Amino acid sequence: MNAFYERHKEEIERILAKYPPEHKRSAMLPLLYLAQRDEGYITREAMAQIAEILDVSVTEVDGVVGFYTLLHDKPGGKYRIQVCTDLPCALRGAEQFLHQLEEALGIKAGETTPDGLITLEEVMCIAACDKAPVFQVQTGEGLTYYENMDLEKTLALIAEWRKKHTKTPEGNSS
Amino acid sequence: MPEKHLLLRHRDIPDIHELEVYRKHGGFEAFRKAVTQMTPDEVTEEVKKSGLRGRGGAGFPTGLKWSFMDKKNWPHYVVANADESEPGTFKDREIMERNPFQFLEGVAIAAYAVQANRAYIYLRGEFWQVAAWLDRKIAEMEAAGLLGDNLFGTDYSLRIYTHLGAGAYICGEETALLESLEGKRGQPRIRPPFPPSYGLYGKPTVVNNVETLTNVPLIIERGGDWYRTIGTEKSTGPKVFSLSGHVNRPGNYELPLGTTFRELIFEHGGGIPGGRAIKAILPAGASSAILPATDEVLDTPMDYESVPKVGSFLGSASVIVVDETVDIVWLVKKTLHFFHHESCGKCTPCREGTYWMDHLIQTIAEGRATPQDLEILYDVAKQIQGKTLCALGDFATMAVVSGMERFREDFEAKVREAVMAGG
Ligand SMILES: Cc1cc2nc3c(=O)[nH]c(=O)nc-3n(C[C@H](O)[C@H](O)[C@H](O)COP(=O)(O)O)c2cc1C
Ligand code: SF4
Ligand code: FES
Repeated sequence: MNAFYERHKEEIERILAKYPPEHKRSAMLPLLYLAQRDEGYITREAMAQIAEILDVSVTEVDGVVGFYTLLHDKPGGKYRIQVCTDLPCALRGAEQFLHQLEEALGIKAGETTPDGLITLEEVMCIAACDKAPVFQVQTGEGLTYYENMDLEKTLALIAEWRKKHTKTPEGNSS
Repeated sequence: MPEKHLLLRHRDIPDIHELEVYRKHGGFEAFRKAVTQMTPDEVTEEVKKSGLRGRGGAGFPTGLKWSFMDKKNWPHYVVANADESEPGTFKDREIMERNPFQFLEGVAIAAYAVQANRAYIYLRGEFWQVAAWLDRKIAEMEAAGLLGDNLFGTDYSLRIYTHLGAGAYICGEETALLESLEGKRGQPRIRPPFPPSYGLYGKPTVVNNVETLTNVPLIIERGGDWYRTIGTEKSTGPKVFSLSGHVNRPGNYELPLGTTFRELIFEHGGGIPGGRAIKAILPAGASSAILPATDEVLDTPMDYESVPKVGSFLGSASVIVVDETVDIVWLVKKTLHFFHHESCGKCTPCREGTYWMDHLIQTIAEGRATPQDLEILYDVAKQIQGKTLCALGDFATMAVVSGMERFREDFEAKVREAVMAGG
């Protein structure tokens, strides 16, 4: 088939088995998540390979990627901190929390830190409104919720990530 | 132990997420009973008799929906709507995380009732961990012979699969959800046909909310008549209310339908922080018509019939509380920002209308608007109503229209600001 398929053969077959064989297009989002795990975002190349696996055009895959906010077609920070500032959270101080975080990181929502570690994003309700301030952290691997947060706890978390990524064996910090 | 919860049962039985514990408390007996002792139509009849109505927002009678399934077209599917994206809603997540088997048993019984051999659970992409958790619970059910082929020695077979969305509020709308599950952009279909005649892959499909399905095992176990003893005559059963915003104890509260706003907010939620006064209530998340918190409103029972009588809807029962410090213009701005962002763009009135409303409310909020701008905003909202392909378009207008009608002084104050600034 192609390199993407070969690399993830078992997992792809497991995903395809969830849907009737004549409707394998249903595997679109799961395969896109898989591609995102490889590179942290979805490359043109991966889109073409997924299109081939699912028998659809690259344009269609591209259209799907563009539609969903958790799918990225451009590289971002290793960790995407997605702070909820929707109405219920905003009533409990989420906007102030975001501003504090923007100042502490020296970037605005939508931007990435110069070391490429963190992208800060503002998101709509993530179903944790009783635990504001909340954010989710998206990496290629998946998504984790952090609830009842404050600036101090968040900066401690970020410090952990920094440590982890400056001490890799290759010594690269990006 | 007294039984306090029927849906949030983990609050009474902490380890109910473990299969053994769930079974010790009668778990999967309802599914067994349905499959071995009842015909599919009898199951549907029992659910009809219970009066259960959809908890996803529309309040449509669940048994009736199941009975609409086209029996000349096969296979049938059941899809659980676990998209939970309405701002202020966080009940389905608690159910799935803490009482997963009762929900899964509900999915299984629904599938049997409509003779589906496959069911999908469509979760919003943010529920990545919840999906992985449900996958483990489904595997435990398979290992215990509760899912798979020839269940309980009959010829009925069922498999349940999870499927993750990827961040789009509109995918909670059932036909957009089906499109998304088919691997397409999540844009609503023109209806009719409705999913029970044309659903997943064009086949008859039941789409039900997580909480709706979680009620089903109780109904089969104890009967529709028993279920009707909870709640009101036309809004039967327990409901999980997600309470958020300016309250001392935000969270989920399971109470009978028909409980008053006052009881939820002041007794269970502990009232308003800092002793401030309550100003407004959004009973159905960001899609609500805003209610001024008058005594009449506070004493209104939260059920599908009573909330419309005071000018709003119960919807998903995501009750957002707003205190006296909040400017309704700011609040409307937040909702319009949301709907502009989430409009899928398929139909013009919603796509263009949400853009314009978002633009106008920003001008107003920044104190740069004329009295005429207020009229334009109101007109644009009114123009959208009833002209869109799905309900999102109408949802987007709810807070604007109700806010401008019921909290006029907040809007006029903003315009006066503009006049004084010479704008
Ligand atoms: C814009 C929009 C968003 C919706 N979001 C959800 C949702 O997140 N969860 C849900 O269960 N229903 C949602 N619904 C309602 C569904 O379309 C559908 O009515 C519901 O899943 C049916 O299940 P029920 O009868 O059990 O309520 C939404 C509807 C609209 C128009
Ligand atoms: S009303 Fe809005 S969300 Fe619904 S189909 Fe039209 S553009 Fe899409
Ligand atoms: S509003 Fe932030 S999680 Fe719901």
